[in-house]
Formats: sequence, C-alpha cells, structure tokens
Amino acid sequence: MSVEPDRTWRDTPLIFERSRTGRRAGRPPIPDLPTPDVPESLRRARPPRLPELSEPEIVRHFTALADRTFGVDTGFYPLGSCTMKHNPRVNERLASLPGFRDLHPYQDDDGAQGALELMWRLQEMLAEIAGLPAVTLQPAAGSQGELTGLMLMRAYFADRGEDRDTIITADTAHGTNPASVTMAGFKLEKVETDARGNLDLEDLRAKVNDRTAGLMLTNPSTLGLFDEGIEAVAEIFHDAGALLYYDGANLNAVVGISRPGDMGFDIVHYNLHKTFSQPHGGGGPGGGPVAVRESIEPYLPAPTVVRDGDAFRLDHDRPKSIGRVRGFAGPFGVFVRSYAYMRAYGPGLKEMSEVAVLNANYVLARLRDVYDLPYDRHCMHEFVLSARNLKREHGITALDVAKRLMDYGIHPPTIYFPLVVPEALMIEPTETEPKERLDGFVDAMRRIAEEAAESPEVLKEAPHGRPVRRLDEVRAAKQPILRYLFDEHPVRVDAT
Amino acid sequence: MSYLSLTDADRDEMLAAIGVDSVDELFEQIPAGVRLDRELDVPPALGEVELTRHIEELAARNVHTGAELSFLGAGIYDHYVPSVADVVLSRGEFLTAYTPYQPEMSQGTLQAIFEYQTVICELTGMDVSNASGYDGCTVAADACFVARHVSDRRKIVLAEALNPQVREVVETYAPGFGFEVVEVPHTNGTTDPDRIAEAAQDAAAVLFQQPNFLGCLEPAPDLAEAANEAGALSIAHVDLMSLGVLEAPGAYGCSIALGEGQSAGNWQSYGGPHYGFLASHGDFVRRMPGRIVGETVDADGRRAFVLTLQTREQHIRREKATSNITTNQTLLALAGLATLSWLGPDGLREVGETCLALAQYARERIPLEPAFAASSFKEVAFRTPLPAREVIRRAREHGVHPGYAVGRDYEGMDDVLLVAVTEKRTVEDIDRLASVLEDVCR
Repeated sequence: MSVEPDRTWRDTPLIFERSRTGRRAGRPPIPDLPTPDVPESLRRARPPRLPELSEPEIVRHFTALADRTFGVDTGFYPLGSCTMKHNPRVNERLASLPGFRDLHPYQDDDGAQGALELMWRLQEMLAEIAGLPAVTLQPAAGSQGELTGLMLMRAYFADRGEDRDTIITADTAHGTNPASVTMAGFKLEKVETDARGNLDLEDLRAKVNDRTAGLMLTNPSTLGLFDEGIEAVAEIFHDAGALLYYDGANLNAVVGISRPGDMGFDIVHYNLHKTFSQPHGGGGPGGGPVAVRESIEPYLPAPTVVRDGDAFRLDHDRPKSIGRVRGFAGPFGVFVRSYAYMRAYGPGLKEMSEVAVLNANYVLARLRDVYDLPYDRHCMHEFVLSARNLKREHGITALDVAKRLMDYGIHPPTIYFPLVVPEALMIEPTETEPKERLDGFVDAMRRIAEEAAESPEVLKEAPHGRPVRRLDEVRAAKQPILRYLFDEHPVRVDAT
Repeated sequence: MSYLSLTDADRDEMLAAIGVDSVDELFEQIPAGVRLDRELDVPPALGEVELTRHIEELAARNVHTGAELSFLGAGIYDHYVPSVADVVLSRGEFLTAYTPYQPEMSQGTLQAIFEYQTVICELTGMDVSNASGYDGCTVAADACFVARHVSDRRKIVLAEALNPQVREVVETYAPGFGFEVVEVPHTNGTTDPDRIAEAAQDAAAVLFQQPNFLGCLEPAPDLAEAANEAGALSIAHVDLMSLGVLEAPGAYGCSIALGEGQSAGNWQSYGGPHYGFLASHGDFVRRMPGRIVGETVDADGRRAFVLTLQTREQHIRREKATSNITTNQTLLALAGLATLSWLGPDGLREVGETCLALAQYARERIPLEPAFAASSFKEVAFRTPLPAREVIRRAREHGVHPGYAVGRDYEGMDDVLLVAVTEKRTVEDIDRLASVLEDVCR
C-alpha cells in the first residue's frame, strides 16, 4: 500500500505565516464615545502579534487543519480506555440552543429553571446508574473527579477524627490515579494483579490496615476484565474502616448490568466524555461527576442542584463541603449532551453496554490466534493484546503495529498501557461500530501480522500515507520549540 | 432511539465467532451478587424528534442574555463569539478526536494547539503556555502546584479582590498541597502593594487579578514587584479580552499569567465548558502542568508537531507528575484561537477600547454612586440605596438584568452592584439600564 500525499496536505503554514500586516476579518462595533485613558503604567506598550487574516483565509486555515486530523467521524478509533464512540449531532444542536448557550451562570435561579431541572434529572439518572444516592456534577473531567473523591475521603476521615494517610491503587491503574493521590496529599501503595487479572487478595490483605483511607479501582480494569473477587475486595476495605473509590473510566461495560454501589464502592466518578458521549474535542472538554453514599454526601462540593417541590435551585449552604473544585456548577454544555444521550437510550442503556462487550469479544475472538493474549478470558468492553510474539519473531513492536494501522485508515489503539503487559495493544471498539468496521480492523491487524513476517521494513517505516512520517520526539523534548518565534523561527513554510 | 449499528444477523454471526450462545454468557465473569436484576429505573427512551421537543422545552424555561438585557459579568462575559469559531466547533475531525497521542493522525489538532500556545504567550508576554486547563479557577490551583515545587515555602497569598470562585478552588486544593492560604483585603476596591509585600515575606506565591473582580484596575506592576522582591512567585489572573489595551503580565515581571478564557471565543453556557489558560516564564517550563505541544521534524525533515515534555505528565511520571490532568479543554481553546485570529491585533484593541468607553459611559450615566474611585476596564461597581439583590429583582421585572450582587461573596457589600459591559452592549442599552435603575431605586 503506497499513497503519496499531496504537498498542501503535508505542509500547512502556521496561521502566523498566513498573516499579512493590515489584513483584517472582525470589526467590532465602536461607539461614538471618547475612549478614556488607561494609566500609562498599566497600558499595553507593544501590541500582541496576533495573526492578521481575512475571514476566508481563516476558514481555509482551520479547514486545512481539520483535514489533517482524524476523528471518530473520520473512521474507526479503537483507542482503549477512551471510549471513542459516535457523538450524535443532535446533541450539538441541543447544547447550542440559545436558552442554554447564552445563559449566564449568575442568572437568578428563577431564570434558569430549565437548566437546573436538566441538571437535577441528570443527577437522578447518574445516581441510579451508580447505585448511590447523591451526585455532584461539578468536577471538570475524570481526573478531577478522582481528586474530588480523594478530597471527600480526607474530609470524611477528618470529620470522624481518624488519621488515615494511604491510598491503594492497582498496578494496572491509569496514571491519573497515583497523580491524584499525590495532589490530594495522600501516600500511595500499589497492589498487584493475579494471574487471572484480578486484584491479588493476599497482597491486598497484607497492605490494608488502619492507616488505609481507601482503594482506587477501575472495574472492569484497564485489562478489560471484571474483577471476579470484587465482593471480597470490598469486604477487606470496609472491615478495615476504609472506603472504595470507583474510577468510572470503564463504566461503558456495565451500565444497567452491574452498579458500582452494589459492588461495594462508596465514591464513583463518571466520564461523561466516555460513557455518555460528550465529544472528546481533540482533548476535551469532559465531565467528571461524582456519586457517593449517604455517609459522604455532606462533604460534596458546593453548589449542588436540589429540588423544592416543583422548583429547582442551587444549594450553596453545605457547611461540611470540601469546597469548590471548579467554577460554577460544572461544565453545563457537557450535561446537555450527556443528558440527551441518556434520554435517547432510556433503560436501553443496558443494551449499549451489552453491544460494547459483544463488539470487543468479537474482535478479540478474531485476533487471538495472531497476537498474544496475556489473560485468556472473555473480555468486557475492551481487551489487551500483546505484540511480544511479533517482537520476538520479527522485531516488530506495538508501536510499529500502531503506525501501520494508520495506513489502513484506522486510528491506532492505546499502546504500551497497561504497564503490566509488554508491547500492549489496548483495543476498545465501542458499541456504535457496525460489524463491517470491526471486520475491517481485524483484517488490517491480521494483514499487519503477515507483513511483520514478509516485509517488516514496511512496518518499521510506517505510516506511509499520513501528512507526516514518524516524528523525532526526542528532539522535541531536548530542544523545545513551544511557540512560534516570528522572525527568529527556525523552520518556515511559505503560505501560497 | 439508540446509536447502535448491529443487525440481528450480525449479532448471531458474532456470537458464533466468539463461541457463545448469548451475550449474557460474556457477563458471567461478574459475580451474581453484584449484578443488577432489574431494569434501570430511568425515563423511557426518546426518538430524536421527541428528544428535541423535550430539551427545547427545558431551554425555553431559561432567561438567556438575548431574552433579557443583561449586564451580568463577574467572570463570565457576553462578548461576541464570531462565526469562524463554529468552523472549529463543528468540524467533526476536531470535535470527535481525542488527545493527539498519535501525532501522524493529529497534525491538525497539534498545529492548532501550537498556534493557541503562541497566541496565549503573545497576549500574556510569557514564554510557554500549556494546551489549556479546565477553567480560570483550576489553573490557579495548578499554578499553586507549580509554586509548591519551586519553593520551600508553604503559604499562598490571595488578593481578596481576586475572583471569589478562584479563591475557593485554591482553598479546596491547598490542604492536599500542604499550603496555608491567606488573603489580603482590598482597600477601596484595589490591592495595596505594601500589604502584599508584607504578606509575601514567607509565601510561595501571590495571586492577584487584573482588572480585579470588583471591576477596578489594580496597580499590577507594583503588586508583581512586591511579590518578586519578597521571593514569592507573582501570578496574575487576567482577561484575554483586556490584553489589547492593558499591559501583558510578562512585561511587568510576573512569573505566571493565567485566567478564564471564556470571554475570548466561548459561549456563556451557564458556566461551562470553557478553557483556562496558563502561561509562564521559561524557567518553569519543566514544571508546567498539562499538555504542551512542541515543534519537531519527521523522518523526512519536515516540520511537524507533537505532544512534548511528557515526562512531566501523569501517564509517564504517575505519582511524581506535575498534575493529574488528562482531558483538558482543547476544543474550547481552539475556538479561542479562531476568535482571537478573527479579531487580530486591531480588533482586540478596539474591543478593549469599546469596553473602556462603555464602562466610563455607564459610570457617568447610571444614577448611582460608583463604589470605588479606581479606573475600570469593563465593569463598574455601584452603591445601591436598596440591597443589590432587591435592585436586581426589581430591574428584572423591567426586562433588564442589571448585574451581579457583590454581597454574594463579599461581607458588608450587600449594597454593591457590579455592572458589566462588552462590545455587544450599546449606548442605548446603557441608557435603558440607567432609566430602569432610576425607577427601581427610587
């Protein structure tokens, strides 16, 4: 397969290189009033070098950049742990209704009843899905949900006069878990995974004690496996007076099937941008609501949305609250999209998870004979293969497989994670993909395994059909160029 | 309605390929004791038509800034969002991609972030910007985490005239960082550099806002100097839309500049999602939280962009990371880039001049006493003869939302109303506000 990209696809000038002094697009209204003087010490001395373009050139610029970007709308995107499902366009339309888009967050509650009702209804549905009674919508993303959860633990134990300083995480945990532990001021302890991919209960029993504040766990784990010993895990922590935190990164596997609250978790975060289809936006925005048991409810961030009869209001009067973790009541536009998504499915959310698991198992079944499978079980919504067999036999790594997939028009899976699997390929198809897309991926992965034997150099040089070839990432880190430097910029591309 | 794509025939074939009779078998790994044995108790499914009707009804019950003449600001502003922002927000490639871990698939997003970083550096006078944080509050907490790593001191100083929500978020994060937080009260609406100098003696960082939450222009260079001389990091919380007319924090010695990006290119959206920006002096580049895009070359020597300095980040450094952030606010930040490119240097200056002129006009025209003598940018605080909340309630009966009741956050200021203007307000709008306030304050 050989594709020669055209020149404009390859070399897209920076917006600054398209700039021409004196060219303009926007002209804001200028009132017929005198402009008061700003005290000289506070006045801008040198104008910022913003780009100067006409509107048609701005539109072309961003269109050219969009052309060089691959999204779920472009094609199959099985990026494990990120749940890259279809993002319904109706949700974009609904979030843009003027009643939402142009609503100021300090509008009085009586002028925001529709927004508050939407948030309240979303809280109710999220509580039902988690099997826990109280929800805060405030956290901005999953990692902030984690941090909020840890702050809740700290407040809970401080209020009870208990001095607990350690959080236990799995060796398969996302990097955000240990990073959040540090930011919340806790010490970290790691527990190992056993041969079936469950938490090692022996190791756990040895590590949980009266210094343990809690566990952070993703279930199903980042291996795509449900922890079969979850009831025993919960008992170990609760017997020690500690709490369990559920990282909702993989909730897409179990909505309507198994609830974190029923598993024994006390605090849960959701990723609205994963499970409930807020578009990922090239890296955000997200939403990270948190649900908790009654015993932890008093510590939730303020404000929460409450219902008084037929009216809804923001409740700021929460004396035991950990405080505020983000501005206002949370990323409201995300709530509109996720609420719409959940209302579209209703109780059929269960089928969403069933098909996510079916799709993943189908792909796994069709690939297990050509890639190594470190944990030989049915998977949940995702699974982890290893390319160590290709590495051993042909010197082809998970990175090479990932880069070659690009030439087949497929976004690579997550690679080299979780850390416990060498040459990991973490694959999450999601429920919205049709069978022929799954088959296309399987065919590409099988073909790549053949290419590893027949023509490994093609894989080592991949990708061949993208706007750029492999990048010198070491150079980027060693000689950082983190902004355009205008006349001193080392590499320039002329705009034509 | 659902967004699933499998036919019944597909399912049968797939189950056969897996070697199971039903989907239920795949879930046998879940212990029976933790399975839900009933249907989820959520409202029934809606088709797209019914869903649209339902959500339109909810939206119609909100009074938005097009339905009421609004002078609300206090951190979120009704600036014009140009149509070119839609080019970014509506292109499926930007909308439905994730963090650009695979640079060959994501050159467009990466280049746009690099351009965004450049625009933020230009506006703030800084050397390095990250790819965005959650909002103007959390980037302040992020900056405190930077301070924790570059200083042995364990105190953060906040100007009381700094946005109250920003202060609250810093206070929520501070115990985890081992920080004590102290506030320096405002003096007639602005912050006294001598009091900052005193408080900063044993502080890791000082945060202040320009223009401040009360609408006043701070003596920002003096505040930065007071912090710097005391050996504390000087951190300025600024409004991007002011930086065509107000000096860049980097030009008056700040180490870090940050703020809420909403005013530049994002809808108000009842408080989010928006983007926080965070930029610093080059000394702190390896302590910056969040994603950063850098320029490099590909195997053919062509210019290309990639996430870089990733050894700072959680997926590499785990518990030693500079932040736990993963998902940020890229899409909103890129709407900001499109907006600031549409304005250009002249447009941004003109927006700033319009804000200055309208704020001054409001100060003269509104029949209330300005609460503070200090100059304004786009917000003016007025003393009200009745509690400000009552003034707001009465004015709204006339279809005008006159602004923000400062007493919500500042003790003893129940009679202060904060009125915000943007380039979307007109002289006639302010005349109408003046007339309504005259009526309701009588």
